[in-house]
Amino acid sequence: MDYSQFGAMMPELIILGIFLLVFLFDTFTPDNGKKFLTPFTTVLFLLGTVAIWIVPGCSESVFGGMYVDSPACKAMKCILNVGVFICMLEAAKWVETDMVIIRKGEFYELLLVTLFGMYLMISARHFLLFIIGLESASLPIAALVAFNKHKYESHEAAIKYILTAVFSSAILLMGLSFVYALSGGSLYFSDIAASFNGGMMSTMLLVALAFVLAGIGFKLSLVPFHLWTGDVYQGAPTAVTAYLSVVSKGAAAFAFFVIFVQVFGQVYSQAWEWMLYAVIIATITVGNLFAMRQKNMKRFMAFSSVSQAGYIMLGVMAADTLGLASMMFYILVYVVSNLGAFAIISMIEDRTGLVSMDDYKGLHKTNPYIAVAMTLAMFSLAGIPPFAGFFSKILIFTSVTGSNSMALYMLVLIALINTIISLYYYLLVVKAMWISADEPKIQSFGTGACEKVALTLCVGGILLLGLVSCVYQWLVNVVGETFILPGLN
Amino acid sequence: MDLNLLWYLVPSVVMFACGVYGFVTRKNMIAILISLELMLNSADLNFAIFNRFLFPGSMEGMVFTLFAIAIAAAETAIAIAIIINIYRAVGSTNVLESNKMKH
Repeated sequence: MDYSQFGAMMPELIILGIFLLVFLFDTFTPDNGKKFLTPFTTVLFLLGTVAIWIVPGCSESVFGGMYVDSPACKAMKCILNVGVFICMLEAAKWVETDMVIIRKGEFYELLLVTLFGMYLMISARHFLLFIIGLESASLPIAALVAFNKHKYESHEAAIKYILTAVFSSAILLMGLSFVYALSGGSLYFSDIAASFNGGMMSTMLLVALAFVLAGIGFKLSLVPFHLWTGDVYQGAPTAVTAYLSVVSKGAAAFAFFVIFVQVFGQVYSQAWEWMLYAVIIATITVGNLFAMRQKNMKRFMAFSSVSQAGYIMLGVMAADTLGLASMMFYILVYVVSNLGAFAIISMIEDRTGLVSMDDYKGLHKTNPYIAVAMTLAMFSLAGIPPFAGFFSKILIFTSVTGSNSMALYMLVLIALINTIISLYYYLLVVKAMWISADEPKIQSFGTGACEKVALTLCVGGILLLGLVSCVYQWLVNVVGETFILPGLN
Repeated sequence: MDLNLLWYLVPSVVMFACGVYGFVTRKNMIAILISLELMLNSADLNFAIFNRFLFPGSMEGMVFTLFAIAIAAAETAIAIAIIINIYRAVGSTNVLESNKMKH
C-alpha cells in the first residue's frame, strides 16, 4: 500500500488535524482554560483555510481514481470554509450561554466533522466514498440540531431531520443499486459514465435516476422533497440553522452537479433534463409562495432558502463549465447574504428571544447599523442591483441560456418572474424595519467583536463580490482549466 | 428449481415498498425506524444480489453492502438517542404529539 497517496488529500487532512487539536484542547484543558476554546478554534480554522488556499493543488486522482482534488474542488472547499468561518463567529456568543457552555467543544467538533464529510462529498469520484461523505456530513448535523437540550422544539426538529435524512439516503442507496446493476459492475464515476456511452436508455435507468435525484434532492430541500425544511430550520439553534442553510446546501449542490454531469451526462437530454426542469420550476415557485405567508423569521428564511436552492440548480441545468462556475459564484454570494441575515436574526434572538417579523418593526430607530445590514442582505437575496445577489442571478441565468434552446429560455423567464415575486416578501422585512410607525420592541443593544467581524465580512461580500468581477473570472478560469466534463447528449 | 436473480430481486423490492408504506403510515417513532431499516436493508440486499448474479468476478457490491450496513447502524443509533430525548420531554414516542411547531 502506497501511503503517500494520503498526501494528496491535503484539505481533508488539515480539517481532520484541526478536529483532533480542538478535541484534545477541549478534553485536557483545565476549566479555567476553557474560555480560550472559541478563539483557539476560530484562529486555527482560519489558518487551516489559508493553508488549504495556498498549498498548491496537485490536481491528481488517488486511490485508483476514487478521490480527486482538482483546483475546482479546492475552490469549492474554500467557499465552504468562508461559510463555516462566518458561522463560527456568529455562534461565538451563543456557545457561551448557560445551557450550552459545557458542551461548546462538542459544537465545534461536530461542525468540523460535518465539514470533513462535505469535503469527501465534493472530492469523491466513487459512490462508496460519496455515500460515506454524505452520511458523515448529515448524521452529525442531527446531533447539532438537537443541541438546545432544554428546548422542546430542538428535539422535534432533530427527529424530523434524522428520519427524513435516513429516508432519503435509503432512497439514494436503492437508486445506486440500480445504477450499479446497469454500470457493468463498477461504482467509479468514470466507469459508469463510460458504460452509458452511446446514450443507452431503459426504464430501469429512469427509475434509478429518479431515485438518485430524490435522494440528493432531500439534502438540498428541492420541492417536492422540502417538507422537513420549515420545521427543522425553525426548531434548530439559529447558528445551526445558518450552517444548514448555506454550507450543507452548497456542498450538496456541488456533489449534485458532479454526479449528474459526470456520471449521467451521456443521458442528459433523454433522462434527466426534463426531470430537473420540473423540479426547478416547482422549487422556485413553491418556495416563494410558502415564504410569503411566514411570520417567524427562521421559518421565513427556510422557505427563502428552498427557493434559492432552485436558482442554484439552474447551474446544473446548464451542465457545462460556465454553469458550474456561475453555480459556485451563486453559492458564494448566497453564503454571505444568507449568513448576514442569520447573523442579525441570531443576535436579536440571543438578546431578546424575539424571532417574529412583527418584532422587527421600527428596528432602525434603536439599532440603525443592524437595520442597514439586514436591508443589504435582503436586497442581495432578492437580487437588487448593485448588490452581489443581482450579479449572481444574472450570471446563472446567462449560463442556462447559453445553448439557445427555447425551453431553457422559458425556464429563465419563470425564474425571472419568481424573482419579482420574491422581492415582495424580502421587502416585507425591510418595510417592517424602516417604514412601520410602531414603537420598536427591540431595545438598543451593543454587538460583540465576533459578531462585528462576521457582519463586516458579510456586508463587505454583499457590496464587493458583484462589483469586483475578478472573483467570478477567477472561478471561470479555475473551473475551465481543471474540471473536465464529458460531452453531453 | 433454478434460483435466478428474480427470486431475490422481487422480495427485495417488496421489502422496500413495505418500508415506504410503514414510514408513511406508522405513528410510533420506533416503528418508523424499523420501516427505515427495511428500506436500507433492501438496498443492501440489492447490491449483494446484483454483485452475485451479474458481476460474480468482482466484490465491489459486497464491499458497498458492508459499508452501508455500518452506516445504517450509525443512523439508527443517532435516531434512537433523539427518540429517547423526545420521550423524556413529552412522555410519548407518538409522532402526532410532536407537532408543536407553528405552521
